[in-house]
Amino acid sequence: MNIHPTTAGMTLAGILFVLGLISILIRRNMIFMLLSVEIMLNAAGLAFIVASSHWAQPDGQVMFMFILSMAAAEVSVGLALILQLYHQLKSLDSDEASRMRG
Amino acid sequence: MLWLIPALPFFSALMLILGWRVFTRAAVSIIGCGSIGVSALLTIVLGIEFMQSGQTSVVQHLWEWMQAGTFSAGADLRLDALSLCFVFVITFVGFLIHIYSTGYMAEDADYGRFFACMNLFVGAMLVLVLADNLLLLYFGWEGVGLCSYLLIGFWYKDPANGYAARKAFVVTRVGDTAMAIALFMLFQFTGSLQIQSILDKAPTLWTVGNTTVVWIAFLLLGGAVGKSAQLPLQTWLPDAMAGPTPVSALIHAATMVTAGVYLIARMHTLFELAPAAQTGVAVVGAVTLLLAGCSALVQRDIKRVLAYSTISQIGYMFLALGVGAWSAAIFHFVTHAFFKALLFMGAGAVIVAMHHEQDMMKMGGLRKQLPAVYWVFLIGSASLAAIPFITSGFYSKDQIVWLAWSSAHGHTLYWVCAITGAFLTAMYTFRMVFLTFYGEARNHQHPHTPGPAMMIPLYILAILSTVAGFIELPHTLGHVTLFSDFLQPMLPAVHLLQESAALEWTSQLLAAGLTFLGIYIAWLWVIRQPEGMKRFAQMPFMQWLRVFWMKGWAFDDVYNTLFVQPFVQTARMNRRDIIDRIYTSIAAITRWFHDILARTQNGILRYYVMGVVIGAVVILSVLIWRVYV
Repeated sequence: MNIHPTTAGMTLAGILFVLGLISILIRRNMIFMLLSVEIMLNAAGLAFIVASSHWAQPDGQVMFMFILSMAAAEVSVGLALILQLYHQLKSLDSDEASRMRG
Repeated sequence: MLWLIPALPFFSALMLILGWRVFTRAAVSIIGCGSIGVSALLTIVLGIEFMQSGQTSVVQHLWEWMQAGTFSAGADLRLDALSLCFVFVITFVGFLIHIYSTGYMAEDADYGRFFACMNLFVGAMLVLVLADNLLLLYFGWEGVGLCSYLLIGFWYKDPANGYAARKAFVVTRVGDTAMAIALFMLFQFTGSLQIQSILDKAPTLWTVGNTTVVWIAFLLLGGAVGKSAQLPLQTWLPDAMAGPTPVSALIHAATMVTAGVYLIARMHTLFELAPAAQTGVAVVGAVTLLLAGCSALVQRDIKRVLAYSTISQIGYMFLALGVGAWSAAIFHFVTHAFFKALLFMGAGAVIVAMHHEQDMMKMGGLRKQLPAVYWVFLIGSASLAAIPFITSGFYSKDQIVWLAWSSAHGHTLYWVCAITGAFLTAMYTFRMVFLTFYGEARNHQHPHTPGPAMMIPLYILAILSTVAGFIELPHTLGHVTLFSDFLQPMLPAVHLLQESAALEWTSQLLAAGLTFLGIYIAWLWVIRQPEGMKRFAQMPFMQWLRVFWMKGWAFDDVYNTLFVQPFVQTARMNRRDIIDRIYTSIAAITRWFHDILARTQNGILRYYVMGVVIGAVVILSVLIWRVYV
């Protein structure tokens, strides 16, 4: 069975992305939700890397650098928010944070 | 000078409206009566001048009222034989009624308001009859309608009076609408509302029996029927007796209700071009005079007897107009104005003397207690019942009875109706006289003869009710035609089919005989055989008939079921505006969408993510589908 490496890489990225998506949909713990977001970001990064190797262009790798740094910033902000919420709610359940009655 | 005649009453009405709280009663009386008195004097002076000048008409242009394109209407007054007749009756009888009112209303708290309304009424009526164009005539027409409303509801603290006033206003409005449509059509076809130019143009525009002119004439008849309380719009007049008695005398007997007669006489050319409408006028008159005569026969309230007799007498005028006897109708209007004003004011004197009792069953025997009132009332009644030779009512009514048969438009049936009506008239009139003035006194009050302010107008009218007839005598009795000659320039003479003195004698003798028969039956009924009559009246059918006639042939009930109830029902159903449903339903749909969308704003993160995912999937699917398919 001969699979083209680009196809394999893209499929892996897609699987990772969907995994992250599913876990964000089914998890209520905010730490896990943050982790899922990271998985999705890395899936997107993998897709960039694969695309960059497919066309032999450096743009994809540059893009991955951006994603990494953005993920670092996002995690720090996200963790800080989660900490604050935990202080206020004494819980990591995201549904607890809803004050809406819709 | 002509403009002063209507202007004076308007001016005094304005003064009284502005200042009736300030003026003393004496000042109100002087202003209220004085203005009408001066108008009456001016009318006499101008009338003599007019007759000596030999002109057929005098037009006074006051100012341009409105102008738009080819349409123009001026405030123009026109004096000719027909309007002079009406102006004379309105100012002169009006003046006497005003004098009478100073006595009748002396105790009333709203003395000033009363005279303000009365003066306004006289002014509006004068505009109506003096108007040179139909627009100004319509202005006066609505003006008298308004004053009628104000005066019927004069004692507004009783809700029944307010109801009667509104009824009169609404019912006459039905006719007024028909008349307004007639005016629109006249303007559309003739391009003018000036009465004389319409009358000149009409024969060149339309042939006899043309559909358009028949429609116009019928619509004008509708207006006349409303104002003159003829079938089928007569129901307001008996209820209009809720107003003070001088109002009934002035408006609902002598002047306003004859506006319809004036309108038809004024537009007689149109009716001659529309034989169907003219027949309609005659039929309306003939049927009305019979129905109202029967109703008058069974009333208990003295004013309601007179009200029905007014309807009946105007029916005679309509019959005369319908058979083309124009001047006979106007002649009957003049004599009727005199004797009906006399009767109403005499009834008012009785009512005052009886401490505001109107039920004739509670009167009786007043002949001894109120001799002066009795005599004038008797003269008025004799005239209404048309006692031969000595009363004016005989000459005017007999002319109509005779012409109903002999005129070119006449018919035997009209004659039968008219002569039956004469019989009924004599019967109900003298039933009223006998019930009121003869027999046992059925009260234990002490009536007192009213003061001179009320009696002097009665004496003057009593004289006029007698002598006014002598200005027009039939062929068989002297053949004096002063009145019809006077109206000749305005109203063409009647075309006679038969001109037979023998037949005319027969008709007159028959009418006179029936009059006396009617009086005799009334005498039997009330004085001679009241017990027998009571037994006769106890029969079930007679009971039913009495109630049926008492209610004026149940027209009120019919209109109530046909028009009033459906209207009230519709209004009730529409209480929460049906049109509003459209807007409230738009609001409801918006609110419904809002509720659905608000449910998505639940603050649970997973749902939002799911929303984003679904959106992304949809967009991707569309893109992929567009690219690959």
